[in-house]
Amino acid sequence: MKVLVTAKQVATVDDDDFEVGVDGVDEQFLEYDLNEWDEYAVESGVSFAEECDDDVEVVSVTIGPEQTEETIRMVLAKGVDRAIRVWDDALDEDALRDVETKAALLEAVAERESPDLVLTGVQASDDGLGATGVALAATMDVAWAAVANDVEIDADAETVHARRELEGGLEEVTDVALPAVLTIQTGINEPRYASLRGIRQAQRKEILPLGLDDLDVDATQLKRRLSVKSTRVPETTSTATLFEGEADETATDLAEMLRDEGVTAE
Amino acid sequence: MSDVLVVAEHRQDSLRDVSFELVTAGRNLADEMDGTLDVAVISGAVESFAEALSLDGVDRIHTVDYGDEFNHDVYTQAVTQLHDAVDPTVLLLPNSVNGLDYAPAVATRLGLPYVSDTVDVEWDGEGVVTVREQFGGKVETVVGVDDDAAVVSVRPGAYAPADTDGTASVVAFDAEIETDAVLTDVRGFEEVAGGDVDITEADVLVSVGRGIEDEENLDLIFDLAEALDATVSASRPVVDDGWLDKGRQVGQSGKVVTPDVYLAIGISGAVQHVAGMKGAETIVAVNTDPNAPIFDIADYGVVDDLFDVVPELIEQLG
Ligand SMILES: Cc1cc2nc3c(=O)[nH]c(=O)nc-3n(C[C@H](O)[C@H](O)[C@H](O)COP(=O)(O)OP(=O)(O)OC[C@H]3O[C@@H](n4cnc5c(N)ncnc54)[C@H](O)[C@@H]3O)c2cc1C
Repeated sequence: MKVLVTAKQVATVDDDDFEVGVDGVDEQFLEYDLNEWDEYAVESGVSFAEECDDDVEVVSVTIGPEQTEETIRMVLAKGVDRAIRVWDDALDEDALRDVETKAALLEAVAERESPDLVLTGVQASDDGLGATGVALAATMDVAWAAVANDVEIDADAETVHARRELEGGLEEVTDVALPAVLTIQTGINEPRYASLRGIRQAQRKEILPLGLDDLDVDATQLKRRLSVKSTRVPETTSTATLFEGEADETATDLAEMLRDEGVTAE
Repeated sequence: MSDVLVVAEHRQDSLRDVSFELVTAGRNLADEMDGTLDVAVISGAVESFAEALSLDGVDRIHTVDYGDEFNHDVYTQAVTQLHDAVDPTVLLLPNSVNGLDYAPAVATRLGLPYVSDTVDVEWDGEGVVTVREQFGGKVETVVGVDDDAAVVSVRPGAYAPADTDGTASVVAFDAEIETDAVLTDVRGFEEVAGGDVDITEADVLVSVGRGIEDEENLDLIFDLAEALDATVSASRPVVDDGWLDKGRQVGQSGKVVTPDVYLAIGISGAVQHVAGMKGAETIVAVNTDPNAPIFDIADYGVVDDLFDVVPELIEQLG
């Protein structure tokens, strides 16, 4: 059995005083990391492989330039067997914003790998599109379930027993036919830290770079229908009273405010 | 030919709020286009849902009487067929958990561009222009769509619900659901177990987020709660990490709370969190990041390190 896991390197804004240009946050204020949701998807794949006695291969796929290899090594260190990195100079930001482009690339990878199961995160923490997994399933013409917070794979019955986390503490109990794409919600498991041994092994694992030609994807399959017209820091609608000063002073203000609200232990 | 088609959402015999919010968004958009607004409702008690959705500004309601609860394969097929029949310029879907489960598939099947989780959708005379958030609400981007038609999902809570009665015509739509292509079997619902405390009953909540960094540091939060005779609740990452049980999670997929006072300690104020606590009487935030969205809804705030402020506060309350 084969599991394909998508792993995106996401940007985080790590500076309080970041600046934005038209297209987004200026590069110098960004840091990069593995997408939080994908950490859980990776763990689902790796722990499933460990539970199965027969061999399950776990392959990760990342769409991104060479600098994403740092993140990919992390994924390999957590137990993924090998990685694919899709990149081509034709892949600009406009193309990557259009989910159909990503779905076309990932579908081409799936075609090559024939996975039984594809795991993606529910969304990426940077642009929060939340569309890649389900768009990929529809492109591959296979079954799917979005926002899964429990997954039990019954390979013999070719079924996944899944739970979808709905609103308000309710879950949908769903059976999905394999092959399938599942989008994984945070909290489904406890993502591991890479061990020293894992980090060493990751150095020897393969990261296969694939371009459009390798994937037989035509430049006309790259869609660019969404364009960013402007980026801004939202105007604050805050009417909050902010207490200022050293911690002992702000704590005094807070304590007084809480007493005024009638909140105290006595 | 219509201008805007909205797909309603329901669960366990009730229409969900987002359906009425989508009607508001759809009507605004249709007005800007000088056009019509169609609404579709699929599965369940479609007749009575259609009655409730007959709101001011809705021109036509299409009912698809097939099955009871949401099944994304059924929805994807029905919406795709409806789209072919109604031919809207903009298809508006909810960015709810079920929206996440079918909207991208509908866009794929229709070959249309998809903009998800928008907080504003407008028509600028030539095309659709949306506003969406990035980096957990720290940045807003204006995203335009360069195509003749689009699929757009709208964030729950972004629009006020429509509530004025109207006189829409109701038409039954005969969707042909190919059962071979229904690959998921929705077996039912289950309520998540509650845990030992009921945070919805608390008058004062001390709520802790990822800013706490480590499980051991939770003692600080419990000490503060004790000093205030309050109950401890949390944002999702703290629960995901297993440091507190699921019953203490505030937000879209956790509990909705309305305490007198809600102290958000090291919580950024992501939309899914705010969905669960915006009804609190007084909101107090302690956060190192002055741009954290939590300050937009806070009544009182301190921009500082919780590890400096909280121990001081405990001492002063003591
Ligand atoms: C389908 C779906 C459902 C979801 N449901 C929920 C839900 O029910 N509830 C929920 O909460 N989330 C939910 N989420 C997750 C949500 O999107 C956010 O990821 C989450 O709310 C973030 O939690 P946080 O604010 O604790 O963490 P972060 O966003 O990481 O924020 C941590 C904050 O702590 C501050 N901080 C860090 N260190 C310190 C310090 N020393 N002192 C003071 N401040 C500090 C930081 O400035 C930051 O603002 C859901 C997401 C999805 C996709």
